[in-house]
Amino acid sequence: MALLQRRRMRDRDAMIYGVLLILALAFPATVLYATGSSALISQAGHAGTFVLLAIGLNVVVGFAGLLDLGYAAFFAIGAYTYALFASSQLDSSPLHHSFHLPFWLMIFVGMFVAAAAGVILGFPTLRLRGDYLAIVTLGFGEIVPQLSYNLPQWTGGINAIGGIDSPSLPAWITGPWAGANNIAIIRPDVCPVLGSSTKFAPCFSFGFDPIAFYVLIVIMIIGAVILVGNLHRSRLGRAWMAIREDEVAAAAMGINTVTTKLLAFAIGASFSGFAGAYYGASFGLVSPDQFLFLVSVTVLVMVVLGGMGSIAGVIVGALVIYFVLNSILPQLPSTVESLANTFGLNSLNVQNGDWPGLAQETQRVSFLVYGLILVLMMLLRPQGIFPSRVREQELKHAAVQEDEAAVEAAHAG
Amino acid sequence: MSERPVVSENILELTSLTKRFGGLLAVDNVSLHIKRGEVFALIGPNGAGKTTLFNNVTGLFQPTSGRVVFDGRDITGSKPHEVARLGIARTFQNIRLFSYMSCLDNVRVGRHVRMHAKLWDSLFKLPSERHEEERVTQEAMDLLRFVGIAQQANQYARNLPYGQQRRLEIARALATDPKLLLLDEPAAGFTPQEKVELMALVGKILERGVTVFLIEHDMKVVMGISQRIVVLDHGEKIAEGAPDEVRKDARVIEAYLGKSA
Ligand SMILES: Nc1ncnc2c1ncn2[C@@H]1O[C@H](COP(=O)(O)OP(=O)(O)OP(=O)(O)O)[C@@H](O)[C@H]1O
Ligand SMILES: [Mg+2]
Repeated sequence: MALLQRRRMRDRDAMIYGVLLILALAFPATVLYATGSSALISQAGHAGTFVLLAIGLNVVVGFAGLLDLGYAAFFAIGAYTYALFASSQLDSSPLHHSFHLPFWLMIFVGMFVAAAAGVILGFPTLRLRGDYLAIVTLGFGEIVPQLSYNLPQWTGGINAIGGIDSPSLPAWITGPWAGANNIAIIRPDVCPVLGSSTKFAPCFSFGFDPIAFYVLIVIMIIGAVILVGNLHRSRLGRAWMAIREDEVAAAAMGINTVTTKLLAFAIGASFSGFAGAYYGASFGLVSPDQFLFLVSVTVLVMVVLGGMGSIAGVIVGALVIYFVLNSILPQLPSTVESLANTFGLNSLNVQNGDWPGLAQETQRVSFLVYGLILVLMMLLRPQGIFPSRVREQELKHAAVQEDEAAVEAAHAG
Repeated sequence: MSERPVVSENILELTSLTKRFGGLLAVDNVSLHIKRGEVFALIGPNGAGKTTLFNNVTGLFQPTSGRVVFDGRDITGSKPHEVARLGIARTFQNIRLFSYMSCLDNVRVGRHVRMHAKLWDSLFKLPSERHEEERVTQEAMDLLRFVGIAQQANQYARNLPYGQQRRLEIARALATDPKLLLLDEPAAGFTPQEKVELMALVGKILERGVTVFLIEHDMKVVMGISQRIVVLDHGEKIAEGAPDEVRKDARVIEAYLGKSA
């Protein structure tokens, strides 16, 4: 029984990954064909950032059972790390010298800086018991955007950092498809040869081509899924689960609970930093209001709603919530308006005294609708859309029968 | 790490161990020593301080005063995970399994402290990590077989019947390769048949070269398997010796009868 369940889970996850992969591959061509513009692809790239964030937060919340309410802070740290060292921003700072370090280096630097921030924040906090972490991360999540508001000479403050460099690849990588506009743009003029200001080499530039960014984020997500999946089925993954189940027993088994939790926290932060650097590069602009508490909450909702602890689940959760937030809600006013028209309730759409018109009113209550959608989803599937085996069990308390065959298989597998 | 010479025949020595909770002396100036390869029992009425003494040995509590020396090394005030690494494993009076992990995973967690895979090894599933995982899975299965619950390998711990949960906890503790195993009332709630099986299991554990330090209420079990006994009452050691001597000790009889009267 238990074994069957485990198999079913694995098959389910394999199916989700398969479907997602096919969709991800078919998406750009379909969109270009159907709409003739790459706007949706660019949005998909943005959604991918949130998928990456959800995968990372799932390590912290789903695997290790730690509540991180300031996850956006690490996202900000990654984004600012890249933005500061890959734009002209530092020209106008007290340094009077700007850097244009390559994206491929800075994405890892951003990751490590965020991880380091996670360690610095987690080390004093994680030795305390209980929910201190939630409070401290909540505070940290507030502090980071405030810092960037209040240090305008470094971060540009409310004016944001713009003109952030795009990633570029050496020419040999572009391959036979070089020049094909829908994959990449060759721009011989944008890649100065290192150490020379006059010589230029042809290179593959991301420029403003959303497809290049889309391809990049899909590759990054695939990489993240593989790596996090590996961790989940490892010594460390089991230690996280053990701590989540019973910290005292875990310690009695020789697990250093502080460093193990710290590792989960730092790995989660590094994902956020990684995603942040990508975000800075793809969006080209980094400002403090992109990293407010709402972002932390949104990612947390994605994780909980998708199915805590289940990697495939949180990916789907991230996509669903992103879709609700960026597609359903913004279109709601006009949809409601046209609905009213079809049903002959045109009068509702007209502004009248205190009544601002149906569209306007819908706009006002759109976050109420969001809340209702969340409540409804949690009522319908409290365990999440595609929960992990554990969550499903916890909520079902299903009586699992004994299964002799399990031994053989445990042995074999 | 250099191999330290065996300093004494005692695997565990407690010297004037005291634990105070506010005004309550839960463990009061207790000294005792446990020899390698014996079964040593700690008995006493409810609330005598037995579990508290275990918690002081395993680092869950910091002793108020006194010393804990394990295998020739002073471990007073060490952290629980350090104590486990050095070779003391334990079970809990109120079973503390990882409920929503399979039995196999519970035991593999016990193996954690003897594994070497680092973050990078796991992240990239390097061959060394894969081999270690395979080996550890085998070892965990062997331990499940050793305690007699191999059939349940893939069950969640919480779905096991009570008696098997106790066995699983022992398997998990043994997975840490302990030199000393602390069992806190392992036969509590057992049927007479299960108690006999448990005594046999303790015998097999001894054969593996593990010293057993046992808290137990059931006198038949205690008398049946232990070489030496210490009796605790109100935190104080009131008697020590072979089962037959302790049974006849006037203070012990009084402590127990006084309780039930
Ligand atoms: N964490 C704690 N804080 C305060 N008092 C405690 C704590 N743990 C135990 N005590 C007290 O210490 C005394 C000894 O408790 P302990 O659990 O060690 O007894 P025991 O001998 O194991 O009893 P039992 O046979 O019922 O398990 C009891 O009075 C108990 O209330
Ligand atoms: Mg007790």
